[in-house]
Amino acid sequence: MNEESKPCNMLSSPMGKWTLKSLKAQHNILANSNEQIAILEHGVDHRDLFSLVPFQQKLDGIGLYPLAPTGIEIFQVNMGKMCNQVCKHCHVDAGPDRDEIMSLETMQLCLDILKNTPVKTVDLTGGAPELNPHFRWFVEEIKKLDKHVIVRCNLTIILANKRFTDLPEFFRSNNVEVVSSLPFYTADRTNRQRGEGVFEDSIKALQMLNAVGYGKEDTGLVLNLVYNPAGAFLPPPQKMLEKEFKSELMKNFGILFNQLFTITNMPINRYLDYLLKSGNYEKYMEKLTAAFNPAAAKGVMCRNTISVGWDGFLFDCDFNQMLDMKVSCKNNVHLKQFNMALLNKREIVVNQHCYGCTAGSGSSCGGTVTD
Amino acid sequence: MHPASSTRPKIIIMNNNYYNAADLAKFSNIGEFQKEVADKFFDWYGEVFKDSALSAKEKSLIALAVAHAVQCPYCIDAYSSDAYEKGYSEAQMMEAVHVAAAIRGGATLVHGVQMMNKVKEIAM
Repeated sequence: MNEESKPCNMLSSPMGKWTLKSLKAQHNILANSNEQIAILEHGVDHRDLFSLVPFQQKLDGIGLYPLAPTGIEIFQVNMGKMCNQVCKHCHVDAGPDRDEIMSLETMQLCLDILKNTPVKTVDLTGGAPELNPHFRWFVEEIKKLDKHVIVRCNLTIILANKRFTDLPEFFRSNNVEVVSSLPFYTADRTNRQRGEGVFEDSIKALQMLNAVGYGKEDTGLVLNLVYNPAGAFLPPPQKMLEKEFKSELMKNFGILFNQLFTITNMPINRYLDYLLKSGNYEKYMEKLTAAFNPAAAKGVMCRNTISVGWDGFLFDCDFNQMLDMKVSCKNNVHLKQFNMALLNKREIVVNQHCYGCTAGSGSSCGGTVTD
Repeated sequence: MHPASSTRPKIIIMNNNYYNAADLAKFSNIGEFQKEVADKFFDWYGEVFKDSALSAKEKSLIALAVAHAVQCPYCIDAYSSDAYEKGYSEAQMMEAVHVAAAIRGGATLVHGVQMMNKVKEIAM
């Protein structure tokens, strides 16, 4: 595993003055997922002075509770919490100081399962999944099983170290779908959320991806961008924003991409920390609940996704994973016990943060879930 | 019902402010007193702000400027959020407010011509 196996600590950070640490490294009280759940359920002081209709009750009202899977189609793997960026809204609480990454053995467990399931799409996320020393090997092994691979690439990783500059070529040769966060088409909003210099490096990385054919219609190489609000508000309509992103990125930087996914920020981890510190928590939660959309609830991604943690545990989605809310499926909570038939009959675990996926047009790793 | 509750005096809380931020969310309640015209207004309002010859985004910025011209705190609250959510930058939004302010200032000043006309008419 040559270049890739070198330690990850010598990354040239685009963030310069950006000195943020993860909540975990700060020993922040929110680093404890039970504390986050208590706040979401019972308010900041846990005394129910601020309370919302329980999400379960809301689902019950539209005949969706308990929430059942429609069948697992997407196998999402979180390859680790290590990241070269420290974004202010990160629901993973990822960063350079996080050393939880997936082992080769756990990846092998994933491959063994993928060999024997009809799942067609494998979605790799993190942290920056590319920082896992076995990342390239894992992608190539999954491709051998004839699966569609999505990599959630933060873009700046491509410029973070010489050994990553060939990532666009690696993605191309494996026909990987690249999904990348770009919270806005201007530097100001992007850098305020993701760190100083992130916008500039992201633009360079997008141009490198375009140069090998990504985002161009006739190549079949798919490059999708992700928008998420840089503040305490909901995303604007996806189609409208996609049009704007396309024209602005083309006009200013000559950049092409396929689709824009708008994603609502989940009130967990660093975004929850932001909401609490900025005094926006209660208003944001009210906004999410007021925008509850039954059609979006029907289409939530946890119904067709299984989420695998860096240590091999199974979750209904990446958000439940970060709150350490494992799948509710007896003797079937780890890759070692993986049983597709049983998992497809499980009850999906929901809580108050789920309002984030059902607000407005809905939100998922693939953007809105309604037309 | 608890026996005591029927005898408890009803406390009416009178708000002592003309404006209350929480009232913005109650806007649609105006239909309680006159439903027919309220429904017509909200239908029309919704139609006005749709993507059409002008985009919904452009309309949001116009609304922000007008909100400042008519100095409506509810409208300023609503369209500051809406315009920012739709992607306008701080500078763009402030320039829109300056447009409103310039029109208001200009509207006063341009009457200076009327004043001059009158003075010239009566002065020797």
